[in-house]
Amino acid sequence: MYPSTHRKLTLLIGLVALAVFAGGCKKKVAATPPAAPPVPTPQPTVTLNASPSTVNPGQTVTLSWSSTNATDLEIQPAVGKVAPQGSTPENPTQSTTYTITATGAGGSATASASVNVNAPSAPAAMAPTAQPSVSDLFDQNVKDAYYDLDKSDLREDARAALTKDAEFLRSYPQAKVSIEGHCDERGSTEYNLGLGQRRAEAAKNYLISLGIPADRMETTSWGKERPFCAEHDESCWQQNRRAHFVLSH
Amino acid sequence: MKAKMSKARRKGNHKRGPLVMRTFTWLSFSRLILASALALLSFALPSAAQDWFKTGTGLGVTKARLALPDTVTRSAFGPPLPKTFHDVVWADLDYSGILDMVSPSFYPVQAPGQPSELKAADWAAAPANAYMVAYGSLSMDASGLAFAGYLSDVHNPTAPLALQKIYRGAATDADVRRMAHQFADDIIGVLSGGQTGIAQTKIAYASARNGNKEIWVMDYDGANQQQLTHLKSIALTPRWSPDATRIAFTCFAPFWGVTSAQICIYSTASDRLIAFPRYRGTNGSPAWSPDGSEIAFMSSLNGDPEIYISDAGGAHLHRITFAAGVSTSPAWNPKTGKQLAFVSDRAGAPVLYLANSDGSNVEKLNLPDMGYVVDPAWSPNGQLLAFSWRRPSGNYDIYVMEIVSQQLVELTRDAGRNERPSWAPDGRHIVFESTRTGTRQIWSMLADGSQPHQLTFQGQNESPSWSSK
Repeated sequence: MYPSTHRKLTLLIGLVALAVFAGGCKKKVAATPPAAPPVPTPQPTVTLNASPSTVNPGQTVTLSWSSTNATDLEIQPAVGKVAPQGSTPENPTQSTTYTITATGAGGSATASASVNVNAPSAPAAMAPTAQPSVSDLFDQNVKDAYYDLDKSDLREDARAALTKDAEFLRSYPQAKVSIEGHCDERGSTEYNLGLGQRRAEAAKNYLISLGIPADRMETTSWGKERPFCAEHDESCWQQNRRAHFVLSH
Repeated sequence: MKAKMSKARRKGNHKRGPLVMRTFTWLSFSRLILASALALLSFALPSAAQDWFKTGTGLGVTKARLALPDTVTRSAFGPPLPKTFHDVVWADLDYSGILDMVSPSFYPVQAPGQPSELKAADWAAAPANAYMVAYGSLSMDASGLAFAGYLSDVHNPTAPLALQKIYRGAATDADVRRMAHQFADDIIGVLSGGQTGIAQTKIAYASARNGNKEIWVMDYDGANQQQLTHLKSIALTPRWSPDATRIAFTCFAPFWGVTSAQICIYSTASDRLIAFPRYRGTNGSPAWSPDGSEIAFMSSLNGDPEIYISDAGGAHLHRITFAAGVSTSPAWNPKTGKQLAFVSDRAGAPVLYLANSDGSNVEKLNLPDMGYVVDPAWSPNGQLLAFSWRRPSGNYDIYVMEIVSQQLVELTRDAGRNERPSWAPDGRHIVFESTRTGTRQIWSMLADGSQPHQLTFQGQNESPSWSSK
């Protein structure tokens, strides 16, 4: 199906087009009046912040940055290429200095931000009176919201669950969540991806109305790809129509 | 009704000879006929539950009767290659939708290997009553395998050969299949007025047979199934680019600290993923514009899942739907390039809408009882829309609507869930997914619902997309 002759032909056409294009450009340059003295291209600038700057292992740091006159930005380690401005959560396991490199037509600039990660405390000493972890408390207290067929409206039981969830999130202001929308198997694959997203957004918007900052919640949808229950009946389908809360790490 | 039928008949005669048409019974018992492309097909035997009738001139000679004698061998072969060659050509021709294959029990004893060995009168006479005979000989030398193929009109033995060509390849199963598909496509091309056959096309699909849903590709007949992606997450909804060099699909990838649905593009020419931007929220259901320069897809980057269009590299993103609710599953009219069908639940359950590709002129596609209507897919001529419809009383079935007349044909019934139709480039075949065997598998059928073929058997398989060439 992809005969090499076809590829060769494509290549040939590409080369011919390139040759024609190059030729055209040359002519244009010749016809242009002498170029004005070059305007100095502005040097890129960039800033990078890490908040908080000291964390315990497993806690999330938010890196935020902004830049001017830059087209390519990259944060190392771990993050990679990023937009001209924005923020991203990171979970350094050890003290880390993040460096952002901004490159533009006028050169490049860098900025750094350090995060200090506290050494893990000795678990043995704690063992007898171990406090439940945030993760355990999250699992015990945070409930999913359930929905009707083909709907993303919040029912009374969903509002009640989300109100409890908001209490937890207020008690643990560092905790961030991802809210994952799920659907039962009856809709189409493509429609369910959209519907799951609507469910997650509905849950998020309700939590925002209860005072939880939007930047602590990311939404996503699994459509019908990760069902909680595999039977083909309503009790199972109801299990699968939900906004599921996951603690972000 | 009558006027419409005779008009369709004239159209059919003009193009490709007599016409057979099928209708079926609605709840209302009104008769709905689909003309144009479907009219060129012939149909399976009626089932008791359905109201069928046929129109046309000379019923029984609706398709050219073609005989395909055994492949003559000119060298020593083990049994598999000549038999494989013959079987593949036979299957291709039998499934072309335009030929009536003459049963081998009626063939003269001597299989011709070249024109001088063809006793035309014996093939034209009863009991074979063939119009055309496709034949040839397979030989092997140092440079590999060669099949000398011929197509003769046995009612006009003095006319020039309809086809005469040498097909070459290595003495492997894969090459023998390819040579057979080429021969079959050439025969179909000659006998259908230049409309190329589809025997060398491919079908992309998602398969979970190895654990995760990944993108796979296979020959149009289900042979040669190969896994393309190894993303180890979830890959869904593959769609071939119009030039059949790339497959756009929905993938799950990390972005903004969560794993979310994104658009991925796989190049089958270079066997790797091509970069495409990621966006916040859920992104999916990519669809190519007919010239391959743009991609329409669903994205929730601004909150609500809406349809956006970008260029093929993901730049120049602009939004074209603006209605609370989910808008997804865009499908570009391949003929005009200016019209999109899509799915939206803005008015309740998800149903189909049509709009211009700039987002203007949004129009709901009205069906007799709405139910749940998804998976729009345009026929190559841009006149027919196939879709999956779960009517209030039943399961998902594949339907085809002629947009201009709003006439409908039901292609599947009472056989599990049947979803995600995708048209072959000849407009005569549709591939779809069905749970009729108890597992979700890829099937193809003629575009009138006849001759269903199961193409996958292993694991669960879904979302087929038929390549344009």
